[in-house]
Amino acid sequence: MYTFVGMPENATLLRAEGLRREVAGRELVREASFTLRSGEVVAVTGPSGAGKSTLLRLLNRLDEPAGGAVWLQGRDTREIEVRELRRRVGLVMQGANLFPGSVAENVGYGPSLMKTAPAGRWRDEAEQPGEAVGLVEDLLATVGLAGYAERDVAGLSGGEAQRVSLARTLANHPQVLLLDEPTSSLDEAAKRVVEEALRAAMAKVEGACLLVTHDAAQAARLAHRTLKMQDGVLRDSVLCGEAERGSR
Amino acid sequence: MAHLAAAGWWTESQVALGLWQALVVCVLALAVAALGSWSRLELGRETAVALVRGLGQMTAVGLVLVWLLRGEAWWSAPALLLMCAAAAHMAHGRLRPKRSAAGAARGSGTAPAAPPFSYAICLRAIATGSAVVIAAMSLCGVIAIKATALVPLGSMIIANSMNTCTQVLERFASDLRLNSGRVEAALALGASGRQAAQPYARNAIGSALIPSLNSLRSLGIVWIPGFAAGMLLAGSEPVYTAIYQFVVIAMIYAASGLTALVAAWEFERVALAGERLAMR
Repeated sequence: MYTFVGMPENATLLRAEGLRREVAGRELVREASFTLRSGEVVAVTGPSGAGKSTLLRLLNRLDEPAGGAVWLQGRDTREIEVRELRRRVGLVMQGANLFPGSVAENVGYGPSLMKTAPAGRWRDEAEQPGEAVGLVEDLLATVGLAGYAERDVAGLSGGEAQRVSLARTLANHPQVLLLDEPTSSLDEAAKRVVEEALRAAMAKVEGACLLVTHDAAQAARLAHRTLKMQDGVLRDSVLCGEAERGSR
Repeated sequence: MAHLAAAGWWTESQVALGLWQALVVCVLALAVAALGSWSRLELGRETAVALVRGLGQMTAVGLVLVWLLRGEAWWSAPALLLMCAAAAHMAHGRLRPKRSAAGAARGSGTAPAAPPFSYAICLRAIATGSAVVIAAMSLCGVIAIKATALVPLGSMIIANSMNTCTQVLERFASDLRLNSGRVEAALALGASGRQAAQPYARNAIGSALIPSLNSLRSLGIVWIPGFAAGMLLAGSEPVYTAIYQFVVIAMIYAASGLTALVAAWEFERVALAGERLAMR
């Protein structure tokens, strides 16, 4: 099906132990523990309000856990500078949340931060002429949007915007790709197109993916294994059908 | 006979004239507020309280000024500090969520957290903007070091800084909340809190400075500040009076600019502490 590059297969890439998140006295995530191995796509499924999105936000420290810890390649993520952690553990949110401007400016945003230059200037300051333009075009081709670089994001459809958001996250070369219901706001046709982009993106990530979805069928189509979540509690994992069959 | 003489003084005095004028303008302001209620603006109570409060405060200030302006120049320092503290209190009061809204937010469980405004942010912003300009201008001889100059000019600078502080914080918090998805997307891509909030801070500062900038631009064309009338009545040379009006408005603009920068910087530091958005 899809293969990962750069990491030895089955090495533990990310491990969460006893993660807890509490807001206004309500426990959103309770003692969540799981392991993400290199080369794996793991889906977290469950009903709305189960704590799936909150769990993802704890992994890249957009929210701070009330308890527990996360290790990335054996290193406690609290010891990793938070901006570096977020580049290594990329998150694609439920909404595209694109910045005003062109598609290329959005895709170049992450790398431009590392060069401490505004996104618009990033492409002009790449070390090799055409290097950044090449990277943008390559990423856009990966998500099926070749030739979209100069378009204004205001004119994109929901599915296109979500694919730009995916390319924008991939531009940071994350080791772990977190996907938070990336197709939940799309119609069936757009969902299929984005799923194709996700497959291509997953193959490009040098590590592992954690996909949050309430759609069990989508989890079966995209993931190797599924973790079920309900009322903030993470249940045991089950192997998925299609992806599992594909990897044999 | 004595009481008749007192009544004559009262009817002919400037205080009586002032109170009559205040009454007329209050009726006009309340009429405007009543007009607003047609559009469900509900300004009536707030306007009435503000008018009574404003008149009471200005009368009290008049009484204090009689004493203060005859005193030493250094008396201005505690008076201006007190004004800064009061301005910060008012700016903070204006920004604080209303009790009913806060209660509703607590009850719903999913409502976004209230913006982390604090008295300290308002005080630091207003005091920094005002103090730097007043001190620098006094040292350069632009503001005479005497109570009659420091107190009225200082109060104008502080009042404008207070308005700017309120506008910056209100706009910045509102934009951060409206764009929380984009702010978090930027943070998730490795941006610092400052980088993620930069476009919204820039908008808030720019918008808050529009009134001061307009005052500076339209000076002498659209409006001639009332301050000039006082100077002319006091026998000041007209051309110098006109130039000094420019100086005063430019000082107000400088203090407002500095207040806006400090307010935005302080609020961003709290709202995005730890590279996380505190209000979602």
